[in-house]
This record gives sequence, C-alpha cells and structure tokens, in this order.
Amino acid sequence: MYKILRKKFLTPEICLMDVLAPRVAQSAQPGQFLIIRAGEKNERIPLTICDYNRDEGSVTIVTQLVGASTRIICSYEAGESFADVVGPLGQPSEFIHKSAEELSHSRFLFIAGGLGTAPVYPQVKYLHNAGASVDVIIGARNRNLVILEDQMRAVCDNLYICTDDGSYGEKGLVTDIMGRLLDSGEKYDQAVAIGPMVMMKFVTLKGRQYGIPLVVSLNTLMVDGTGMCGACRVTIAGKTRFACVDGPEFNAYDVDFEEAMRRQGMYRNIEKEKDHQCHIGLHQ
Amino acid sequence: MANKIPRVPVREQDPAVRAHNFEEVCYGYNEEEALLEASRCLNCKKPRCMEACPVSVHIPEFIAKVAAGDFREAARTIAKDSSLPAVCGRVCPQETQCEGSCVLGVKGEPVAIGKLERFVADWSRHNGVRFAEKAPSNGIKVAVVGSGPAGLACASDLAKLGYDVTIFEVLHKAGGVLQYGIPEFRLPKQEVVEYEVENVRSLGVKIETDVVVGRTVTIDDLFDREGFKAVFIGSGAGLPKFMGIPGENLNGVFSANEFLTRNNLMHGYDPSYDTPVFAGRRSVIVGGGNVAMDAARTALRLGADVTLVYRRSEKELPARVEEVHHAKEEGVRFHLLCNPVEILGDEKGWVRAIRCIRMELGEPDESGRRSPVPVPGSEFEIETDTVIMSLGTSPNPMIARSTPGLETNRRGCLVADENGATTRPMVFAGGDAVTGAATVILAMGAGRRAAAAIHKALQSEK
Repeated sequence: MYKILRKKFLTPEICLMDVLAPRVAQSAQPGQFLIIRAGEKNERIPLTICDYNRDEGSVTIVTQLVGASTRIICSYEAGESFADVVGPLGQPSEFIHKSAEELSHSRFLFIAGGLGTAPVYPQVKYLHNAGASVDVIIGARNRNLVILEDQMRAVCDNLYICTDDGSYGEKGLVTDIMGRLLDSGEKYDQAVAIGPMVMMKFVTLKGRQYGIPLVVSLNTLMVDGTGMCGACRVTIAGKTRFACVDGPEFNAYDVDFEEAMRRQGMYRNIEKEKDHQCHIGLHQ
Repeated sequence: MANKIPRVPVREQDPAVRAHNFEEVCYGYNEEEALLEASRCLNCKKPRCMEACPVSVHIPEFIAKVAAGDFREAARTIAKDSSLPAVCGRVCPQETQCEGSCVLGVKGEPVAIGKLERFVADWSRHNGVRFAEKAPSNGIKVAVVGSGPAGLACASDLAKLGYDVTIFEVLHKAGGVLQYGIPEFRLPKQEVVEYEVENVRSLGVKIETDVVVGRTVTIDDLFDREGFKAVFIGSGAGLPKFMGIPGENLNGVFSANEFLTRNNLMHGYDPSYDTPVFAGRRSVIVGGGNVAMDAARTALRLGADVTLVYRRSEKELPARVEEVHHAKEEGVRFHLLCNPVEILGDEKGWVRAIRCIRMELGEPDESGRRSPVPVPGSEFEIETDTVIMSLGTSPNPMIARSTPGLETNRRGCLVADENGATTRPMVFAGGDAVTGAATVILAMGAGRRAAAAIHKALQSEK
C-alpha cells in the first residue's frame, strides 16, 4: 500500500498528491511516468511524475478530474493509501544523458498544455539545476486549468501563459506564442511539447515550419506499462512502437498523431457507460 | 486385474452452459472417483511417468497413497517436489509428459495422473492441509525476479534449503502468467492460484509486487545496495508479437496479452471491476496455440461470435487437444489453413473485416511441421468487430538491457546453461525468459534446477 502524505486541489478540477513510494522516488528521472491502481477493483492508470523527493521517498502526482478513474484517485484523502504505485516507467528524457557542460550551453523551449504542465515541471527543474536556459509556454482552456505557475517561474527564464478564453494570461493558443517567439528570432536547441494529443499535433505542425528539433510525450492507453499488452502501440516513422517502453517521448515529426488520437479513444464509449452508472461511494 | 478398470471420466460443466460463464469447466474427481482411478496404477518399479515429469513428482508413491485413502500423505509426497499441484493438475500437458509415458497407455488409457494430482491438491486446500517443512534459516539473501511458475518453483526450493528469498513481481498480483494469462474457467484465480502462491509464502518467501526490475531497481542494485548474494530471473516471455500486416493498429485489434490481462488480472468480465474490455459482436482470433484457445473461449463468454484463424491444419495446432476440443464444444468456429493478409477498417478507424488468404501445406520446415504456402488468388474477407492476435510472445528486453554483461540470443532470450547459469556470475535464469514461450511445468523444472545450482554455488563460496 502506498500512503498519500499530502493532498491539495490546485484548481477545482486538478488535484496534487504526494505519495509515499520510496522505490519509485529513488529511481525516477525526468520524462518517466508511473501507474496507479487506487483500489482493488480500479483500473491501472498511467500518470506522469510531477516531482520526486528521494529523501522523503515520495513522488508527486497531479490528476485532473476527467473520468471515472481520475475521479476515484482524487477522492482519496491524505492518510489513505493507494493499492499500487508502479514505476518509474518508460525511458527518461534524452537530455539526462548529456553532460552538465553541454547543458549549460543549451537553450530549451517547453510547451505545456493544461495537465501537461505537471510532467514538464521536473524536466525544467532538472535542466535549470544543470545550468541550461529554459523558456516555458503554458496553455490551458481557462484559468481553472492553469497549474504550477509559481513553481515553474522559479525554475525557468521566461514563462508565457495563455488561455483559450483569455480568462488568464493572454488570450490565444500555445502555438501563437511559440510562433511569435521563433519569429522574433529566439533560438532554441530543443523544444519539448507535452499536453493533449491534439495540442501536440498542432505544435508539431508549427515546429515543422521553423525546423526546430521537437520532442513530444505520448499519453496513450496502457494496462501494464511494461511492454506486455501492446495497448499503447503507436506508429513512429512508419514502425509500430510501444509508448510504455520505447517512449513515452518520441521525435514529434515521426509520430502518426491521427492514429494516436483515434487509439486513445478506443474504450471511450465503454467507459462513458460505466461512468454513468455510479458517481458516489467511490472507493468505499 | 487392476488395469481392466477403464479410466474414470472426469465431470465437466455442460458446454452450452459454460460458454456463457467464467466458472471452471472441469469439476475434477470426487473421493470415490479418485480412489477408483488410483487403483488402476500398476506402481511400476521403474516409473516412466516420474522420469517424464519436469519436476520429478514421485507419482506412483502419491497415487499409492490416494489408493490407500491417505490423501494427507499423498499431498505431503507431492509437496516435496511441487508447490503448485492444483495449478499443474489443471494446466500441465500430461498427455505428452507423465500420462504420455504411462505403461497402461500402450494398450489402453493411461492413469489420469493430472486429475489425481488435482484431486489431492484440491482436497488439501479444502481441508486446510499445508506443508511448510524447511531447513533452519541460513540468512543468505537470494532475489527472484518474477513470480510466475519458474520463480515460484525456484523460490520454494531455496526457501526449503533455508535461504532468505524475496520475489520481485512487476504486476500487482503474484503468479505471472497464472494470473494474467490463463483464464478463470481453466484456472480459478482466488481459489487456486492465490492459495498456492500462499503455499510458497508459508515457506517464508517474501513477495514484493509493483517492482519493475530494470526500472524500479536493477540487478546491480539488488547485489550492491540490497545485499542479495544470487539472483534468479524468471521474468517470462511477456512481449506480444504482431504480424506486421496493414491495419494492425486499427481500433479493435488487440494482442491476446492485452485481451486476457484485462479479463484475468483485471477482472474485466466482472461488472464490479472498472476495467473495460471489448470483444465485439463478432471476434476473430489469429493463432492456434493454447493462448489462442484461451482468447477465443474468453471472447465467446463475453458474448462474441468467435472464429479462429490458423495457417496450418488441425493436426498442426500447437494447442493441447483438450483445449481444442473444449473450444469446439463451446462453439468456437475454426477456419484452418488460412492466414490474415490485411485488417480492414471502417471510416472511424475501427475494425470492419479481416482479409485472409487460403493456405496449403508444403514441405516440412525446420520444426518438422509442413509449412503452409499461400494459394494465389484465394483471398476472402471475414467480417468482424475485433481481431485478437495470438501469435506467441517473446521475452521482455528490459532486464537484459539494464544489466551489463547479461547476454541474450537472437530471439531475445537470456543465454543460460542447463542449470540456469547466465553470462553474469551469480545470476541465474529459467523458464520462458530463457526458452521463449513454453509451458508452466517446464518453467517450474527450470526453476528447480536453477535453485539447486544456486545452492551449490553459494555453498562453494563459503
């Protein structure tokens, strides 16, 4: 069992938890994810790792209330325990293999969409500590989905925020800011986009126009997260790959986004049906 | 004469009924049936059955005790060599092992050794009889990676010798393929698998779930940071194969691993669990092994009309005859001698049909089976909502890639000698991780041999 040490709603829809999982905390690296199974009868849900504290043995997860499973996770209180926390899973971000010397001369641009801000944070923090320059764009539908602003500001050089409806930051899309920065002559060695699949697709289209190296992190369906089920298969440069073990990060220009988006919705109808059945008495 | 008694048939759930539920197909023997069947054994001086058993269960000895009505002692006899008798009694291919070597089988029907083993194991469980005889603890730590049949067998033997054994399991339940692969209707999870895993725990073996060796910890961590003196890798063959044909990533195409894991480990068939699982109104299973039969019979129970497609003929089906027979009885349709060439989708990207080509058998290939050759121009379509690919599995590369010096062969299997010794000192391996996908009992045999080798290596280190 994995005890929830702290819980805080960052916005009415997004919940942050620190969970005691010493083995995961010990090995976690930027770019990796974990799987949580809340209780005995719940699904195994892949979630990004927002932060890790090796001394305390805890990992930080951030969950958005989007369906039955995330609602169950968010219904757990501090002091209660999840049945399972498995990880870290997937390959760490490629930059962790670079030397501090190399990183200190590099400039990164991160494009985070909504909940995607959570997995972007440990990457930016790692790079910042390694001496790299990092700019971050956070985009969200509305102000209730903008998270981790202060934390991010503390570890990046420039932070740009936009919302679809203009309720916070500037009104517009992440691709607008991205285009503006690149048009104004800003130069980056590497860009990383993490967010909803459709956002990553449009960031990729934009990135292609400017020829900027771009990595995306694919949040696919998964069961085990260790290469066993193949539910997470994606087409990368014409070849089938497993997001759980080969990814989750891939070269954006190699990704078949249309297929990835279609596959992500595979169980949507079945889940909706289940979601309608019961909203109360969640994990009790 | 004892051998004039015909083999006692085993009672099974009516096919028409069981095709709609997940309860166990085979009921097993009752006491009366077991006594009668046990009386057929000739108690051969040189028991060929025992030689053919990969874990060398003392078969005539336990059967003699069943015949004498001493079920407790029969259970003790089996427990010396196997920690998973209720599992093996259900899923072992006895027809090619113990029963295949039984003298009675030469002219008639062999003794139903598997059903007798199952009877003894079930009797022990129902009567709370458990054997945990072991040597005093020697305090030496040994790690076992994977809690499937190989790992459980290896851990049991080492624990009996007094070692301090910890099993690391990647999933949230112990049992490996017994949990995620084999369906409830062949191998009940809570009643049988969890109970027999508990047998292993009762020997003092610790099982730590949710640990991904290769990610959460590495083999080197186990030696350097956690003080283990030897490691056994029984991580199985969990990586699903796909055909590489067009349309394989359409919605509704699943690996048998995904489909079965959702059902078995994650209880997708049980509405009280959250796991979504989708078999569709019609389902096509591709493949002819035991896993294909399991997937077909699971899809059937979820309400699908099921067609199984296999590229060779019935004679070459790698599945056990019993499984094929059960699948047919339940209404799985077999399309033999045809092979998929493409999966066709609808406008929303869901499976609509599978296009196959007819095959004919040509010359025997290296496996000795006649290799199938496509018949030009014979393509046809089968309309379906789902396609479940059951083409076999290969070992997961995660452990080998994270362990310097641990070699694999061309097929991704760990290189190990007949005692399980790998290319890294004090690292042993066995089961599907070494052989590629095989059977529960062969994995257990490899686990036992590796346990003996680990014992020998650790004793000589002293």
